[in-house]
Amino acid sequence: MTPRQKRLALVLAMAVGVGVAAVLALQAFDKNITYFFDPSEVVAGKAPSARAFRLGGMVTEGSVQRSPGSLEVRFVLTDFAHSVTVHYTGLLPDLFREGQGVIAHGSLKDGDFYADEVLAKHDEKYMPPEVAKSLKHNPPTAEKITP
Amino acid sequence: MMPEWGTLALAVAVVLALWSSVLGLAPLRWSESMSLALIRQSTYGVWLALTVAFAVLIHALVTHDFSVVYVAKNSNTELPVMYCVAAAWGAHEGSLLLWALLLSVWAVLVWNGSHALPSRLRLRVLGVLGLVQLGFLLFTLLTSSPFERAVVAPTEGADLNPILQDPALALHPPLLYMGYVGTAVAFAFAVAAMLGGQLDQRFARWARPWVLASWVSLTLGITLGSFWAYYELGWGGWWFWDPVENASFMPWLAATALIHSLAVTEKRGLFTQWTLLLSILTFSLSLLGTFLVRSGVLVSVHSFAADPTRGLFILGLLVFYIVGALLVYALKGQALKQSGGFTETSRESFLLINNALLVTTALLILLGTLWPLILEVFKWGQISVGPPYFNVAFMIPMLPLVFLVSVGAHAAWKYGALARRQRVLGALALVALGGGSLLALSYHAPVSLLTVSGFWAGLLVIFSSAYLWWNEFRSATGVKSAALGMVIAHIGIGVFTIGVSGVSSFAIEKDVSLGVHDAVPLADYTVQFLGTHPVKGPNYDGVGGAFVVLRDATVLAQLETQKRVFHAGGSAMTHAAIHSGGGYDLFLALGEDVGQGKWSVRLQYKPLVRLIWWGGVLMALGGLWALWFRAREGRA
Repeated sequence: MTPRQKRLALVLAMAVGVGVAAVLALQAFDKNITYFFDPSEVVAGKAPSARAFRLGGMVTEGSVQRSPGSLEVRFVLTDFAHSVTVHYTGLLPDLFREGQGVIAHGSLKDGDFYADEVLAKHDEKYMPPEVAKSLKHNPPTAEKITP
Repeated sequence: MMPEWGTLALAVAVVLALWSSVLGLAPLRWSESMSLALIRQSTYGVWLALTVAFAVLIHALVTHDFSVVYVAKNSNTELPVMYCVAAAWGAHEGSLLLWALLLSVWAVLVWNGSHALPSRLRLRVLGVLGLVQLGFLLFTLLTSSPFERAVVAPTEGADLNPILQDPALALHPPLLYMGYVGTAVAFAFAVAAMLGGQLDQRFARWARPWVLASWVSLTLGITLGSFWAYYELGWGGWWFWDPVENASFMPWLAATALIHSLAVTEKRGLFTQWTLLLSILTFSLSLLGTFLVRSGVLVSVHSFAADPTRGLFILGLLVFYIVGALLVYALKGQALKQSGGFTETSRESFLLINNALLVTTALLILLGTLWPLILEVFKWGQISVGPPYFNVAFMIPMLPLVFLVSVGAHAAWKYGALARRQRVLGALALVALGGGSLLALSYHAPVSLLTVSGFWAGLLVIFSSAYLWWNEFRSATGVKSAALGMVIAHIGIGVFTIGVSGVSSFAIEKDVSLGVHDAVPLADYTVQFLGTHPVKGPNYDGVGGAFVVLRDATVLAQLETQKRVFHAGGSAMTHAAIHSGGGYDLFLALGEDVGQGKWSVRLQYKPLVRLIWWGGVLMALGGLWALWFRAREGRA
C-alpha cells in the first residue's frame, strides 16, 4: 500500500470504530431515557404500566404516613387537579417536606405508584416544571409558588 | 457608598477591556511597540479594576451590608467569616465577577509569559482576550451586577445555601473557573494565529503551556467537586451525571484531547487544522457550560423563557464567539501549512485515535445533556437521560482508550517502532490480567467481565507507564524529566480506572432502620448504633447519631453523623460520617426518627473509592510537573 492508501485505511478504520461506539451509545440512549408524567396524566391513564417513569408533583400537606419503626413511607403527590399515592421504602432526601415539589422514579401497580427513588432538588424554591405549569391554571396559589 | 465603587470599577474594566481589544485587533496608525506599551497598561488596568470590584464585594459580605441584594440573598450575620468570603462566588452574580477576575489574571499571566512572541501575535492574543473579557463584563454589568442595591435594606440576610458551607467548596469554584477561563487563552492563541496566517507549529509551542495550566485547574476543580459531592451531599455517590457536572466534564475531555493534539502539532507540524478547531471547540464547550449552568435553562426551559434576558445574553455571546472564530477559520485557517506523513503504529496514529475517542465521548455526553432540553423546546414530551446512558456512553470509548494509552505511549513519532518493546509489553499485559483477576476475586462477590477488564486496563497502564519511565531513565537522551509528567498523569488514569471499577462493581448500599444498640453487618464489618444526642453549631442545630464500626469484635472506629437544621431558611442537611480504612470507605448517613425509638440510616461500603480522587490528583500533578519542567527549560 502507498502511504496515501495507508492513511486512508487508518482514517476509515477510525471512522468505523467511532461509528460503532456511537451506535452502541445511542442504543443505550434509547433504552435509558425516562419519561416524566404528572398526576393528572397518570390518572388519565397516559402513563405506561409496564415501564418505569418519573412522577412529579407537590407532596400534599398531612399526607405523609410512616409505618412506625420501619422505612416504609406513603405520601400523596398532587398537581392540585389530581393526586397519586406513592409508596417508598428507604431514606427520604433532606429537602423532602410536605408542601414541597418532588420527583419520584418508579412504576405503577394497581393505581398506586411504587417508587425506588425520591428526589428533591437542592433548592428550596424548586418545583417540577410540569407542576409549575399546571399550577398556572390555578390562580389562587400560582403567584406564590411559581418559580 | 462602597458598593457604588464596585459598579464604577466594573465600568472602568469594561472601558479598558474594549480598549485592549481595539489595541490588539484594529489596524492602528502608530507603531506596534506603542500599541504594546498601551495594551500592557490596559491589561493590568482591567485586572486592577476587577480586583477592586471583587474586594468591594467581599467587604460588603464580611461587613453584612444587607442593602446590597446579593449580600442579603447569600449571607447573614451568623455565617462564619470564611463562608462570607466564599459567598462571593456562591451564587450567580458573584461567580460571574470571579469569572471576569480570573480571566484578567490569565491575561496578565499571558502578558508576562509572552515576551518571546512576535509583537503582532502578542497584540492579537491579548486583543482576543480583551474581547472575551468585554463580553462577559457587559453581561455582568447589564444583567447580573452583584452590586445592585435593594430598595429597602433587610435587617438580616438569607442563608448561603447550607450545602455550600464547606471548605472544599470554598476552593472548588475558583479552581473550576480558572480552568474554564483558561480555555479562553488557547482560543485566543488559535484565533490570533489564524488572523496572522503565516503560522505553523510555533503556534502549538506557545499555546501548549496555557492549555496545560488550564487543564490542571479543571482537573483539580472537578476532582475536588466530586469529593465534595461524596462527603457533603449525603448520598455517598461521587458522580451523578448531573448536567452541571457534565458542563465541566465536556471541556475537560476536549482540553485533554487538545493537549495531545498540540503535542503532535508542536513536535511534528501535523494536525494543525484539527488543533485549531479543537481549541475553538474546547472554549465553546466552556462557554456552553457557563450558559447551561447560569441561564436557568436546566431547571426548566419554562423558567428560562420566563426570564430570558440572562440566558439570551449568554447565548448571544456564545454564538458571537463561536461563529466569529469559525468565520476566521474558514477565511484564514487553511493558510496554516502542514507536512510529513506517518505510519499506522506511530505515535501520531495513537494520538489521532485518542482524539477521536475523547471528542466522541464529549459529543455523546453533550447529546445526553441537551436532548431533554431539545425535546422540551419542541414540546415532544418530558424526558430525562439518566446515569445508565452516560455510563455506557463514557465507558465504550474510554475503556479501549485506557488500553491504547499503555501501548501508544511507547510508540515513537513517525515510524512507531513498537517491535522493540513488544515482548515486555506483552508480558506486562499478562501480569496485569493476572493481577486484575486476583484483585476482582478477592472481594468474594460475583465478578463480571467488565470488572476484570477495568482492573486489567488500570493495572496495565500503570505498569506500562512505569516501564516507559524506566526506559527513559536509563537512556541518555536527556528527555527524562519531560516524559515524567506524562508518566505520572497516565498512572493517574490507571489509578482512577481501578477505583471506578472497584466501587461500581463491589459497593454495598443499605437503607435500614435501627434502634439503640442494634447492629448490622456491612461487608466484612459490623456497624452498631449507639443512640442520638442534640448538637449545636454556629448557625445550625441538629441531632447527632453515634455509631461504632467493628471487625471481629474489635472496634475500628467511632463515628458521628449529623442531621443539621440551619437557622436561616430552616433547611435540613445531612452530615455524613466516613470511616476510611485501607482500601475501602464505610459511609454512614443519619436519616430521620421513624418512630418506636428507631432511626433510618443509610450504610454504604465503598471499596477503592479513594483511588478515584487520587487518580485525579495524580493527573493534575503530572500536568504540573510538565509545566514546571517547561518553565525551567524555557529559562535555561
